[in-house]
Formats: sequence, structure tokens, C-alpha cells
Amino acid sequence: MKDSMIRGADIVVRSLIAENAKIIFGYPGGAIMPVYDALHDYHDELRHVLTRHEQGAIHAAQGYARVSGKVGVCIATSGPGATNLITGLADAQIDSTPLVCITGQVASHLLGTDAFQETDVLGISMPATKWNIQVRRVEDIAPAIAKGFYIAKSGRPGPVLIDITKDAQTNFGEFNYSKCLGFRSYRTHIPVEKTAIQEAAFLINMAKRPYVLFGQGVVLGNAEDELKAFLDKSGIPAASTLLGSGALSEDHPNYVGKLGMHGNYAPNLLTNQCDVLIAVGMRFDDRVTGDLKRYAKQAKVIHLELDPAEINKIVKCEVAVLGSCKDSLSLLIDAVNANAYPEWMAKFQELADQENATVIQPDLTPVKPGLTMGEVIHQINKYKADDAVLVTDVGQHQMIAWRYFNYKKPRTQVTSGGLGTMGFALPAALGAQMHDFSRQVICVVGDGGIQMTIQELGTIMQTKAPVKIVLLNNNFLGMVRQWQQMFFEKRYSFTELDNPDFIKIAEAYNIQAQKVTERADLQESIEDMLIHDGPYFLEVVVEKEDNVFPMIATGCSVEEVRLS
Amino acid sequence: MKRYTIFVITENFIGILNRITIIFTRRGINIDALTASESRLEGIHRITIEVTASEDTVVQLVNQIEKIIDVIKAFYHEDESVVYQEIALYKIPVSRLDGGLEKIIRQHNAKIIAAEPDFVVLELTGHKEQTQDLLEILKGYGLLEFARSGRVAVAKRMLTIDSFVK
Repeated sequence: MKDSMIRGADIVVRSLIAENAKIIFGYPGGAIMPVYDALHDYHDELRHVLTRHEQGAIHAAQGYARVSGKVGVCIATSGPGATNLITGLADAQIDSTPLVCITGQVASHLLGTDAFQETDVLGISMPATKWNIQVRRVEDIAPAIAKGFYIAKSGRPGPVLIDITKDAQTNFGEFNYSKCLGFRSYRTHIPVEKTAIQEAAFLINMAKRPYVLFGQGVVLGNAEDELKAFLDKSGIPAASTLLGSGALSEDHPNYVGKLGMHGNYAPNLLTNQCDVLIAVGMRFDDRVTGDLKRYAKQAKVIHLELDPAEINKIVKCEVAVLGSCKDSLSLLIDAVNANAYPEWMAKFQELADQENATVIQPDLTPVKPGLTMGEVIHQINKYKADDAVLVTDVGQHQMIAWRYFNYKKPRTQVTSGGLGTMGFALPAALGAQMHDFSRQVICVVGDGGIQMTIQELGTIMQTKAPVKIVLLNNNFLGMVRQWQQMFFEKRYSFTELDNPDFIKIAEAYNIQAQKVTERADLQESIEDMLIHDGPYFLEVVVEKEDNVFPMIATGCSVEEVRLS
Repeated sequence: MKRYTIFVITENFIGILNRITIIFTRRGINIDALTASESRLEGIHRITIEVTASEDTVVQLVNQIEKIIDVIKAFYHEDESVVYQEIALYKIPVSRLDGGLEKIIRQHNAKIIAAEPDFVVLELTGHKEQTQDLLEILKGYGLLEFARSGRVAVAKRMLTIDSFVK
């Protein structure tokens, strides 16, 4: 054996370092132990964060990836370790989050024998990954990791899983790392067609009531500046999807609000009054469109999109502009006329005023005794930093926090959008915070969701990640309860929760905690939380049966958005 | 609903067929027939899938297949724009042979490719309608076993795989 030969496990770790990974999240176990042994030698170059569950590890990697724009990395063992990653993979797949997940696997001679902790991870993870591979030979480890990182972050990003047998980890091989720069079956760069830009510009320049809908594609394509410049010049009103929030400062004069089931009144309703709809890096999720048969039928649709499979998938478009929206927006900026649409903008304002009077003011500055989720976010807005990251779970608190949080900077929105994964927030906030301890990370979570991954308080304790956790506690699975109230005749079937003493739990994890039940204490406690050096747990007991409005009920059209 | 042939040009990696078929499974679409073989270029496989669906659905399927990282190219054709063949084998007991069979074999252009003491095996190559016709007739001869391949097909248009593999 040559001196230059190293163990497969060392090749794994050195490959991660070669890909500039700084922090990885994981949980050890039998089939991945050689890699954990190798990690012990690379403390200074590669930080490993031990979560309390593999689901926590992958959500943390997602949070890290979302705020950093880098590939999130997590590792787990075979069998249950690997299956515990599946929810996170599915979440990352539908929300286009770049991840490389490495799982240990039983030794190759045991594959297919029902060996201890053997499971068909390749098969199980296939529908939930952008790409996956099983590595059975030491010489294939580095090329697989190189290819995995390339696939995860290029094109439309997504999760990659690399399953490495234990013998591949313990065998010795040469380490010559070369980064993957592309291969023949995978096209990542699609040059924007000039004719598509001309056709799009023609429609835009002729339009009387053009309307921009932007999504996470703007963030993933680092096209925030181009979006702003395009809106500055064209004067077109623009609304955001859930994951698009942060791509444009909400202070921008063209910004008119949020789209979707619990978005704003005007942006939803006026979708059916625009004449040209310009979709930028968004995929017409059913939570955005409502009833498709009655969605923007009057409009000519222009779709700026990187993924060819998204074109005409849901909404048929007049003009498809394939390519990165950074490229296509740059070209469009020159091709469109400088313009302004005062009357059209006034319509948005008129409806916004209605929403403000009916929904927003009662939410943010309530007069009734019970605390609202909205007023908590309102207070957070007063004291948060401009680049503070908001991490949310899934449910009423998610929609309220999204509605009222004042997004000013890119990559400040971390939430489970497409999959709607309860339990996402706490570990994702940890991951987001691990990227940068100096950045404010505010985790807003409900009493249902937090209990799905509450064990990650242990990881926060151990890392001292200064996450600010705001638990909005209504002792209900609030969103399901709201649906039961509205659509199931108030038959509250298994949605009320008898909750533990959350403050005691937080304190047991040595995390400073405070509980607020009165409006008079709210402002000060949020101030205290945000200036606290270290992790902080703030429980706010809110009104039990508040509902989230506006709302587009299932099966309804965007123009049927309800204010109450 | 119409019959379409989907061609997939792909790298030869483990699991690729699984990745392709789950696209159909997820949407509840049945694959009528599927064949996979090496292409004339080394390391590159071609998969031919026969499916009955609306064109809209087929477009979505092809887009999703082409999105698979290791797929080089996917496209679809209507029956009229492909040349295709299927092969069928029929196993018949010798005890049921009579003078009528010779006529049937001649009429259908079938071949006897094996003769054993107990049975003979007929082969017919053609379109499904033809192999199906013969099947219906041979059912009257105590047919023991029947097997039909998926479609092997080539497109009529003058594009070659090489133009996708760079």
C-alpha cells in the first residue's frame, strides 16, 4: 500500500472540505462510524453539529443553505438514520434547497440481505431527491461527492443523497479531488433567447395593467438587484409568493403585497384584472392560484423560468422566457419602456386600505383583551435588525408572521413552503444561526410544530446558537382548527392540545425563557429577547380561536378572497 | 387519449429506470409497454415507452423525464411518425395440431421456431393488432403460453442520437 493512500472515510471528510463546507449537521451510528472517526481529525477545518434527531440535522442543513446560499450538508447512518432524513429531502426537493446528504450503508457484501440497519435508501429517497447514488468502492467516493455538490447547487437547486457502504469507508484509496464542472446529460445554463425577450417586452410595453409575480427563483438566481431595477424602470406593481419574500424590500414603491391563500387582498383579487401577468421565478403553486379555471384567464402570461418542466405545467403562457431570471431580467430592463401606472397602482391602494381597516389594524393594534399573533410580529418589526432572518414553522403563526414581518433584505425568509413540514422551524433556525452568530435569527413557531422537533433545544443549548424562539401558543393546532370552524361545522376533532410547561422545558435546556400573557408586557419582553446575548425562549399566550384572514378557500378563485 | 411512444436517451446508471417509472406511478399513469437496450453508442441506453394518454399529459411526462439528471434527451411521437415492431411467441400443444394450423401460419406469416415432442412455438413479428389477431385464433388450439415484447421503435425523422450527445 502506498503512503498516499487514505481511508474512504477520510476521503469523505476531505472531499467536503475541498467543497468549502464549513459546518455539517449529523448524527452518528454504526454504518457511518468510520466517517465520524475521520471527523475527529478535522475539528479545525470542518465543524460538525450534533443534532438530537436526523430530521433536525437535515432541517438545520436546509436553514443553513437558505440563508447562506451555500450547499447544506448533513450526515446520518444507515437504516433509521437515513429514513429520518426523508421528510427533509422531500421538503428541500419541493422548495429547491441545495443539500448534500451523506448516509452510511451496510457493507457491500450485505446489500440486499436484510442486514442490521439495512434499508433501500436509494429506492426510498429517489422521488425526494434531485439525484442520488450509492457508492460501493472507495475510488468512487470523491467523484460522487464532487458530482453531488455540482448537481445540488447548479441549475434549479435541490437535494442530493450519497449512500456510502461501510467497506468503501474503511478501504484505502488515493485522494485526488477534482471539482465537477459539468457532464453531458445535465444542462445547467440555458442562454436566454433574444426573440423571447422581444416578445415579452412587446407585451409589456403594450400593457395597460401589467403585473409582476415574483418567487424564490429571484433569490436562488441572485437576481434581487435585477428585479428591483426592472421594477424601477417599468413602474409595474409587483407581488411576492411565500418563498419570494425578501427578494424585494417591502419598502419598494412598486411592492403591493403577498400572493396566495392567506396573502393580501389586492394582490390576489387583482390577479384577475391585470392584462399582462409577468411571473418571475415562481411555479404557480395551487396555494397561489386557487381555482385554476378562474385564474388570470383575461391576462397574457409571460413566464420567466429556469426549469423547462415548469413552463406550461400549471398555467399556459403566451411567452416563455427560459433561463436564469438574472439573465432574462437584465435583458428585459433594456427592452421595456420606462413607464408608470398611477391608476392601476391606485386600485391596489384602494383594496389595501380596505384590508388595512378590516384585517390588519385589528390584528396589529387590537382592542380586544386577548393577544393576537399579529401584534407580536408588529412588535418584533419595531426592534429587529434589517437583515434579521425570520424562520417559521407551518400553520397560522406561519401565515401571520409572513404577512406582517417587514422583509427588507434577501435571504431573510426561511420557511417550509411547498411541503408544509411542521417541526421545520426550530432546527432550521438553528442551522440558519450556525451560519452566522452575529445575524439575528428569529424563530416563530406554534405550540403544535415546536413539539415535533422540540429535542433540538438540546442542540441549541450545546452550540449556544443565539436563536430567538418566539412560541405563539394558542393551545390548538390552529390552522386545522380554523378549517374545522369554517368548513367542518366547528367539529374540533383532535386539534386542542394540553401542553406542557414550555418555560420549564426551555429552562431545563438552560435557555433563558419568559412567558407573556398580558399585552402590557409584550413590548418590553420582545426588546429583552432581541438584546439578549444567547438563545432565548419567549412564549406568548395568544387568543385561542383567532383566524387568519384574508383567505381564499379551497376551490375558490383568487377574486373570491375573503376579508372575514 | 392517444397512443404515444416516448423515447429516452440516457446514461446507463443503476436506478435510472426506477427514476423514470416513478414519474408515471406518481401521476397514476399506466405504462403499456417498455423496452430498454443499449444504443449504438457505448454507455448510452435507449428506453422506449408506450403510453396511452392525452398529449398534454405526455408533454408533462417527457418534461419530467428529461429533468432527470442522467437523462440525455427525452421526446415523444405519435404512432404515425415512428416505425415500430413487436415480437410475440405462442406455445401450442402438439396434440391440438391439425391441418388448419398450416393455413393460419401461412396467412399470418408466422414461423415455427421450436418443435418439441409435446409442443411447438410460433413466432410472429408485427404490430400489436396483428399479434393480437393470431392470439385470438390460437386460443382455439389450446394455447399453452403467450408472450409479447414491448415496442422497439425508431423515429421517422432524420435526427440521430449523436446530436444529443456532445
